Amino acid sequence: MGLLSDPNRRRALISLLTRLNAPICVVCYMAGVAWFMGLAFEPFTLRTYMSENAMGSTMVEERFPAGERALGTGREFSAHKKKAGGMPVDWLVKTMQSRGLEVFTQRFSRRLPFPDEDKERYMVKGTNVYGILRAPRAPRTEALVLSAPCSPGDDNNQAVGVLLGLAQYFRNQVFWAKDIIFLVNEHDLIGMQAWLEGYHHTNTTGMDWSPLQGRGGSIQAALSLELSSDVVTSLDLVLEGLNGQLPNLDLANLFYAFCQKIGVLCTTQGKLQRNDWDSVSGYSHAVQTMMLMVMKQASGRPWGDHGLFLRYHIEAATIKGINSFRQYKTDATTIGRLLEGMYRKLNNLLERLHQSYFFYLMPSLSHFVSIGYYMPAFGLLALILLLRALDLWIQLATPPTFNLNPPPSQMSSPGVLSVLTPLVISHLTGVALYTLPIHFQEIAVEHFPVSETEAVVLTAIAVYTAGLALPHNTHRGLFVPPFNGWKVLKLVAVLYLAVLLGCTALINFSLGFILALTLVPVAAFVTPDVPKALSAFIMVILSPACTLLFSVFLFQELQEMPVSFLDGWMLYLSVISQGILDHALYGSLVYPLVALLVYPCWLLFWNILFWK
Amino acid sequence: MQLQLFVIILFLFSPLVPQENAGQFFSSGHTNNWAVLVCTSRFWFNYRHVANTLSVYRSVKRLGIPDSHIVLMLADDMACNHRNPKPATVFSHKNMELNVYGDDVEVDYRGYEVTVENFLRVLTGRLPPSTPRSKRLLSDDRSNILIYLTGHGGNGFLKFQDSEEISNVELADAFEQMWQKRRYNELLFIIDTCQGASMYERFYSPNLMALASSQVGEDSLSHQPDLAIGVHLMDRYTFYLLEFLEDIHPSSKANMNDLFKVCPKSQCVSTPGHRTDLFLRDPGSALITDFFGSVRKVEITMETINLTEPIQQVEQNFVNEERQKETYSYVDQLPVSEIIHQKPKQKDWHPPDGFILGLWTLILLVFFKTYGMKHLKHIF
Repeated sequence: MGLLSDPNRRRALISLLTRLNAPICVVCYMAGVAWFMGLAFEPFTLRTYMSENAMGSTMVEERFPAGERALGTGREFSAHKKKAGGMPVDWLVKTMQSRGLEVFTQRFSRRLPFPDEDKERYMVKGTNVYGILRAPRAPRTEALVLSAPCSPGDDNNQAVGVLLGLAQYFRNQVFWAKDIIFLVNEHDLIGMQAWLEGYHHTNTTGMDWSPLQGRGGSIQAALSLELSSDVVTSLDLVLEGLNGQLPNLDLANLFYAFCQKIGVLCTTQGKLQRNDWDSVSGYSHAVQTMMLMVMKQASGRPWGDHGLFLRYHIEAATIKGINSFRQYKTDATTIGRLLEGMYRKLNNLLERLHQSYFFYLMPSLSHFVSIGYYMPAFGLLALILLLRALDLWIQLATPPTFNLNPPPSQMSSPGVLSVLTPLVISHLTGVALYTLPIHFQEIAVEHFPVSETEAVVLTAIAVYTAGLALPHNTHRGLFVPPFNGWKVLKLVAVLYLAVLLGCTALINFSLGFILALTLVPVAAFVTPDVPKALSAFIMVILSPACTLLFSVFLFQELQEMPVSFLDGWMLYLSVISQGILDHALYGSLVYPLVALLVYPCWLLFWNILFWK
Repeated sequence: MQLQLFVIILFLFSPLVPQENAGQFFSSGHTNNWAVLVCTSRFWFNYRHVANTLSVYRSVKRLGIPDSHIVLMLADDMACNHRNPKPATVFSHKNMELNVYGDDVEVDYRGYEVTVENFLRVLTGRLPPSTPRSKRLLSDDRSNILIYLTGHGGNGFLKFQDSEEISNVELADAFEQMWQKRRYNELLFIIDTCQGASMYERFYSPNLMALASSQVGEDSLSHQPDLAIGVHLMDRYTFYLLEFLEDIHPSSKANMNDLFKVCPKSQCVSTPGHRTDLFLRDPGSALITDFFGSVRKVEITMETINLTEPIQQVEQNFVNEERQKETYSYVDQLPVSEIIHQKPKQKDWHPPDGFILGLWTLILLVFFKTYGMKHLKHIF
């Protein structure tokens, strides 16, 4: 007989499962964490390599000559920007036209749900200017995009200068098989969102924009350039986009290949890779780089202007120029050559980049870990939830010992109701957490001496904390649930959490893994029998909000800019407000996910803890 | 051409020709040369395959095979590709020394016309009647054919156009069909792909010689990238083959054994291979120009030939026999007059139908009369 159909073996298996459940869960958890930490160990990673045959090797001759002239153009741009107090639309249009591009502008406006204190904007009105370089001999079916943001102050002037210099150089070449669109967007991500929505004729975020007069065909790849100094010491590649989506690894491979060919220092997450992977400091460096990528991906926000392209299946990355204290400086001509080489290779593409990985983690620019290698770390954590669910199922299925004499009728009928009530109430709280902060900001501002942003954030925290008081109130107000009904609720909650985390990890592995790290121990070990005060404290520490607080501190530590507690707290509040804004402006899903699904799930466990 | 034919006829008919010269004269057995040059890959990054084929085309033309005897099949247009920084050119040397596209290239099969089916039809001659002469391989049993294939291949197959393959068995069968239809005298097959030797493993027809750029399990490598164009320009084997062919001129006596030595492993990284067991002559006696060139054998003679006698003989023949002059006219493609005035076809005479029916009724009635009327009800 088979293993599961033989009753003896089945009983043995079941008893093994129930006896060893807690130890196996602990082992799985430690194995999952160890696997994740082991991902950064260099022998476990693979070297990056170009997968796309059409792009081949870095076999081009880059001949861009006009770096200094590009910097001069950047200075002109800066002067006109100061004079216009924003985007110098007329000057840009005239300059692009003199370089032989077809120039168009797009106006957009947007009222944010509440003022953005980081970037100091509330009513945003702006103009995007873009010029299309038509391919001399090709039909206008495909396009590439090079963009530079028009930032307030002195930032990114050189980026616009290099963009215009490249436009002039590219215009003189005959080998372009795709149109190249040179875009200067205002108000960084908001302008980019308006342009992309106008280009693809979608309107997902309720922004107001004028339709685009000129178009170039389906965009195959895009690069966004951020350059704020005349010389750089290194170039940083930013890959993480909206909702943790990453571009195809071939784009990173292309960048790295050209960096090596031209001899520019290239970094990812701002950290230069080291050669000593077998030493402790080398390994911890790789772990730090990987953790930075994980945290950036988990936050679900686009970390560069490229982040919004990914949603339209356009592979995009941001290249940032960093000027630090190093002796060897790279000038604008070299940066122009690197971009020229990359665009010549992207020109050779016949189809969209699809040969390489879409899901990966990079402990350094030359090594990567693919989804097949990192997913087991999450799988081990999800296994704990499944083991717990099995354990509960077995306990519920076997008849209880009759020394307590509970009335048997109460076991079956309030089963559904005892589960449904906490579910409904938790989700209603989640809905409250999602909707109340923005809707009640006016009322909050009237009654309390806080700004709108603070009102929103503090309302969110208030609703969150109010949810903690729920079990008390619901249990008093409604019926008294039976003693063992918590098992059914826990079973449902554990399975719900497993499905939720599984789906999240598939789309955004980092977010799923970080939530799993904190929520799975909660889910596994909470019962009404554990000591209430201690476990309540631990549960609050492991709740999503506190996870976010710790992540903020950890993120600052990893970037080598540690903050004091007060600064960290202010940063935390701004992170919450940015999260809500990202959701309203670009459609980021982290805030609704946490508010509507993760938080109610955590509340279910909180209910179980306080079960009477 | 006429003079040469004339001289040959004279050698045949005149009793003054020493016999040994004739033996040497016709040692190769072929009277015309054909070349089928195929590039099977498309896309810009396969520039080198087109450059390979065009380089062989140039050499073959230089050595004398005219465009009318070359079937050139190029699967993609590199010269006019949007990504070509030097439009209308295809270079085979870096620093753009040699433009093999030129302005007199004649491509017979271009783009999507280069398919396995078309290639096999060209080889076997099974083309629809509307195919123009430039797309046909009009070889006969005295033709020496050079077939050059290049592209991406594997163990036992060659990839055409990213969507189909030709296998070595198909190719061997196509050559057998050519042999049975007497479409070649001798055939030289050169293939420059990865694992190219697998393509000639299955040949079984006589008078085939094959060369490949790499053995089974080896990859053929490309030679030199050009940074200005951004692609590899040639494959190694063809590059060294061309270097070798540059030294061949129409009267060169270099033979096949020299060709086998082209591109040793030190230069090619892969091991070129060849197959001569099906070739009936000794490869040392087969000249390079037997396949790569279209060499007319001309022997200058200082002897005077008496022309009068043979001509008179022929004329006498004409005078003695009756002149049978036929008037020729075009056959009607649509014989309208016959269709309109259709006469019934002449058949053998049969008795009229009614007669046969009456005969059978009579037989039946006699039968039933004899054996009783009750059987009749089975019929009616």
